[in-house]
Amino acid sequence: MSETLREIKEMTDASYEYGFSTDLETDIAPPGLTEDTVRLISAKKDEPEWLLDWRLKAFEAWKSMDEPDWAKLEIKPIDYQALSYWAAPTSKPVLDSMDDVDPDIRDMFDKLGIPLHEQKMLSNVAVDAIVDSVSVVTTFKETLAEAGVIFCSFSEAVRDHPDLVREHLGSVVPVRDNFFAALNSAVFSDGSFCYIPAGVRCPMELSTYFRINAMNTGQFERTLIVAEDDSHVSYLEGCTAPQRDENQLHAAVVELVAKDRSEIKYSTVQNWYPGDENGLGGIYNFVTKRGRAHTDAKISWTQVETGSAITWKYPSVILQGDRSVGEFYSVALSSKRQQADTGTKMIHIGADTTSSIISKGISAAHGQNTYRGLVKVLRSAKNARNYTQCDSLLLGPDCGAHTIPYIEVKNPTARVEHEASTSTVGEDQLYYCRQRGMTEEDAMSMIVNGFCREVFDELPMEFAVEAGRLLSVSLEGSVG
Amino acid sequence: MLHVKNLTASIGGTPILNGLDLDVGSGEVHAIMGPNGSGKSTFAHALAGRDGYEIAGTATLDGVDLLDMEPEARAAAGVFVGFQYPVEIPGVNNMYFLRTALNSVRRARGETEIGARDFLSIAQEAMDLVEMKEGFLYRAVNAGFSGGEKKRNEILQMAVMEPLLAVLDETDSGLDIDALRIVASGVNALRGPERSMIVITHYQRLLDYIKPDFVHVLVDGRIVKSGDHTLALHLEDHGYADFVNHDLDDAPERPLSGATR
Repeated sequence: MSETLREIKEMTDASYEYGFSTDLETDIAPPGLTEDTVRLISAKKDEPEWLLDWRLKAFEAWKSMDEPDWAKLEIKPIDYQALSYWAAPTSKPVLDSMDDVDPDIRDMFDKLGIPLHEQKMLSNVAVDAIVDSVSVVTTFKETLAEAGVIFCSFSEAVRDHPDLVREHLGSVVPVRDNFFAALNSAVFSDGSFCYIPAGVRCPMELSTYFRINAMNTGQFERTLIVAEDDSHVSYLEGCTAPQRDENQLHAAVVELVAKDRSEIKYSTVQNWYPGDENGLGGIYNFVTKRGRAHTDAKISWTQVETGSAITWKYPSVILQGDRSVGEFYSVALSSKRQQADTGTKMIHIGADTTSSIISKGISAAHGQNTYRGLVKVLRSAKNARNYTQCDSLLLGPDCGAHTIPYIEVKNPTARVEHEASTSTVGEDQLYYCRQRGMTEEDAMSMIVNGFCREVFDELPMEFAVEAGRLLSVSLEGSVG
Repeated sequence: MLHVKNLTASIGGTPILNGLDLDVGSGEVHAIMGPNGSGKSTFAHALAGRDGYEIAGTATLDGVDLLDMEPEARAAAGVFVGFQYPVEIPGVNNMYFLRTALNSVRRARGETEIGARDFLSIAQEAMDLVEMKEGFLYRAVNAGFSGGEKKRNEILQMAVMEPLLAVLDETDSGLDIDALRIVASGVNALRGPERSMIVITHYQRLLDYIKPDFVHVLVDGRIVKSGDHTLALHLEDHGYADFVNHDLDDAPERPLSGATR
């Protein structure tokens, strides 16, 4: 056993390979958050009056709200006045061609494995690259436009498609929804916007790649995806940040609107800097993600959460229309001193709605991993069905796994199932693999990947491979 | 090929192997029989390098000293154990597992790794040996396998790994007569001049299918009798009582070993 523990320890001490920072000329607002900060952001972005008003309303709401304290997270107090709420690389933010991308930024994305050069772009994946507060480039715009798909930065959407934005912004996550959503609504800088017209199957994967680069800034991006009737889209997001000793705040909001018979598949590979093994540094990740599924629509969330010092995140589906479907597939890894409190909410409103939840929590080193999920069946949701499966894997004696399911059922015809398990990687499994020639580390990585298989299978191919690799890297030295 | 001299093994101070000597030449098949708790499985694990035993003595394979090596290094040196209780690895498909195993030992030996396509033909050939259908490759390792399937999977792995020394630990346990025939014919097909095998079993039945060159009786952690296959027939008729009662009279103070499995 001690052998195994040593292995686990080595693995969890593995270094963070995206921890480099890039020297970019950056335009940063002075620290502090007042109404003037909100006005400054809005003015920097040249926003219409209605959006400024919306932000100010959110700011007013935020001032009267308190940070949520119900999660199983120990968080050092955050001084919201010490943060800067605007940071942007000073090079031209909107580009006509990939070749105009600042070479430093291009190099940074090359290093991250996301090539932005025309020749090297990932085939069949359109990328919106966001550094600190602004979108720096969106690839494949023309190809998408031919299909009628709009995929651009949030700022561009406000400028070019104001009616679409105004109609849907805040329609799923209202400004007063929670402390962090209100904060985001007041100060959000940029993000991605995506619109799929009726009857269109988006011809390629859409993806946004988020990178926090500047120091002492918060990142507040906002994503809005609208899928009209009978449309289909698959969307991916990836996130990394430099290795810094200070904690950095990330509070995003994602809203999905799935109209009748449409389908939105949203996948995340979150690998923000997790901090070091003593809990120094790392991203505080407070994210509100929610989708509204109309009649016969389907929303599917898949997340692989390996980064961040703190993760507070509950991608949810409001199953509003009859026969709508919600899915949540999650792998959350807490190693080092990471804390994750994550899960989902499935709100059944329509009749014959179904939801399924597959959650895989992995705890190693001193990590604490909590699944928190709500399945709520309203009186109107006749014949609603839910299936929940929560599996926890414990690697080592100093970590923790917690499962907190909430179930509220108001309609007697509903059927709700919950299964949970907690296990560890067995000595005998490791021995078996090693007898077959694998190193202990390779064996651990294989076994843990196997544990996550059901979730990885939901990811688009390119991401599934990446997610498996990421998990192995995050666990390096920690297997046993 | 394999030379084992004065091998002892204990767990937490309880001795299990008490000076085991065994020489297995190239191409030979040796059967080890013995009552429950005599140390048969411990012998297999001691050769494979399982954690948790205090080991002394020597064991060399092809001149290489095994006992100081990690389990994966022993595998690379050519040691293969067919387990009595193969473990399940949920979510990891059998094909991937097999290829990772083969490439791990190849890498350790400085050989080139085998790509997915070439591997498929290697795997298919091996599957024919144990009469497995292709779908078997895409199931998770041993997860939900029947007892017979698990044992056939062990032989499949042996066929892919092509070890110098194969130790089959009660490969016949839990098998019905058809599975036994399949497993045995797989093993026989893998016999060769370069490969040594140690077949551990309780029952002579398996030895009707796999004809050993030598049979050894293991009692209280030592080989107390060696002979040809007729020894197994004798055991079938008379049990181990002869050896337990008479041959070990000289070691009454030795505690009963019960910690092995």
